[in-house]
Amino acid sequence: MIARLSPKRIVFGDHAPTLRITLTSVILALLCLVWIYPFLWMVSTSLKSNMEMFANPGLIPQDFMWDNYRRAWVEANMGRYFFNTLIVTVGSVFLVTVSTAMLGYVLGRYRFPGRTTFFIAFVATVFIPQGFTIIPVFELLSMMGLSSNLFGLTLATSGHAMVVFVVLFAGYFSQLPKELEEAARVEGVTFFKIFWYVMLPLARPMVVTVVIMQVLHAWNDFLLPLVITLANPAIRTLSVGIYAFKGEQSIDWTGMSAAATISIVPVVILFVLLQRYFINGLAGAVKG
Amino acid sequence: MRVLGTLRVHRFHYLMMLPGLVLAGMFVFYPIFAAMFYAMHDWSGFTAQKIFVGFGNFLALFQDPIFWNAFGRSIVFLLGTVPLQMAISLILAMVLNMQLLKLSTFFRTMIFLPVVTPVAVIGIVWTFLLSPFNGPVNGLLLDLGLVSQPIDFLGSTQSVMPSVIGVYVWKWLGITLIYWLAALQTVPDEVYDAARLDNCKGHRLAFYVVLPIIKPFALAILLISSVAALNVFPLIMSMTNGGPFFGSEVMEIFIYRTAFAADDGSIPQLGYAAAAGVLFGAVLLGLTALQALATRRTRMATAGSKA
Repeated sequence: MIARLSPKRIVFGDHAPTLRITLTSVILALLCLVWIYPFLWMVSTSLKSNMEMFANPGLIPQDFMWDNYRRAWVEANMGRYFFNTLIVTVGSVFLVTVSTAMLGYVLGRYRFPGRTTFFIAFVATVFIPQGFTIIPVFELLSMMGLSSNLFGLTLATSGHAMVVFVVLFAGYFSQLPKELEEAARVEGVTFFKIFWYVMLPLARPMVVTVVIMQVLHAWNDFLLPLVITLANPAIRTLSVGIYAFKGEQSIDWTGMSAAATISIVPVVILFVLLQRYFINGLAGAVKG
Repeated sequence: MRVLGTLRVHRFHYLMMLPGLVLAGMFVFYPIFAAMFYAMHDWSGFTAQKIFVGFGNFLALFQDPIFWNAFGRSIVFLLGTVPLQMAISLILAMVLNMQLLKLSTFFRTMIFLPVVTPVAVIGIVWTFLLSPFNGPVNGLLLDLGLVSQPIDFLGSTQSVMPSVIGVYVWKWLGITLIYWLAALQTVPDEVYDAARLDNCKGHRLAFYVVLPIIKPFALAILLISSVAALNVFPLIMSMTNGGPFFGSEVMEIFIYRTAFAADDGSIPQLGYAAAAGVLFGAVLLGLTALQALATRRTRMATAGSKA
């Protein structure tokens, strides 16, 4: 039997309506309205003309100016910046997840000379803010000839956030039962294959968590791409590209809003699709 | 020989750590030592010429009021955002965790929206929303009769830090909320059932039953939130550039401005900026160590009382 979706059903499910649930829902709905107002404003502004934007504070545009999107995509190079951001994000997610999982696995499960030193070194650097390391990172990339291309940006984006992930992976792997590996080793499975086929699949909640956190980090990162793209605007990411709108004498608010809308749509879709895994992953990661 | 033997026995361990160590070495460990090296030099970055000045930069920093103001502002920002963010999101998480609340996924998604939006976008959008000229927030306050004239949220030195803190909490509340929700999922249903039998509900259920269970998570959430709050550069940069009159210049803005983009046309001072970073990093490291010691002592005390 397919249940009919009435508003009452959406709010209360199969339960009888209660005052407490109604009240909570209303308060939360108001809060959410305040919460998403900046987004409604952004989407609405992206469809207004520059004149209307100052004259009409309402959220419904008079006539829809789709041209703002064309301007953002073509003239402001948002299309290109979008592609750059995608490359940096996908590249750094791959690099970070694989390398921190391997590092965390070894640190979390094995005793060997130097282990404690590595561990303390990682934990000690957790609080170092990006501003502290940005100058040497920039110099290092220049020395290697990577300071004005996407590969260098991807590498540096990967390097910065990895410490927390190493600590998380080490904690997660250390809690898995020992018998798994021992059984595999008796079967003659090699060290790397045990990691890849036995341990990594078991750490899936943690992998999902790290992937999502790195996506958020790469998509949000600003200081590093700003510094690295100073010399080469062609490799700007979305954040830096949108910031560049502001640099002009009069801000092109409607074009900027269109650009901003473009920059958030993919991550919003990704989150809506993956949020169940994200929450379960985090819960599993800490619960072990 | 012993070294070679160790290397052979653990060769797979070291090999597997290699990619991660190379990455961390390049972008985490090397920069820390390099920053210390630069900090001891007078260096503009334009030329290769670095003049060794020893602790000269540090001595100059000690007498630089702009540095100390930025330093203090970073701490104010940390203390202003993290507790607020953690408390509000915990209350919200407990409400959204109610099983009878069918719309909780929807509400959660709405509150998560700012998290997935690039910080630079958030900063620029809020600059307009908070503007004293035609800004919707001032429009609303005027319409409601709460203020008689528009507030220049980002343009006055008194209101700029609270405004930036408010926007930061709005931006990152969703992620802390998800952490808390994850923590709440680890509370077994039986605990709630037992509490119901004892007629324990509302704030008593929250304080005496649920909170103690999810306490281990609180520490991890505190850590992640604090790390994030120290990297506030993009938000402030895109909202105020550190202004007005340095009113929102936190440590990272100070470093960036000194190292890369002096607005007044003066020469970049990479050595001086690096020294500022080292000094700030040293204080944070000290605080981390203190906190770790305190945690260990509490844990030992708890263990002792249980024994």
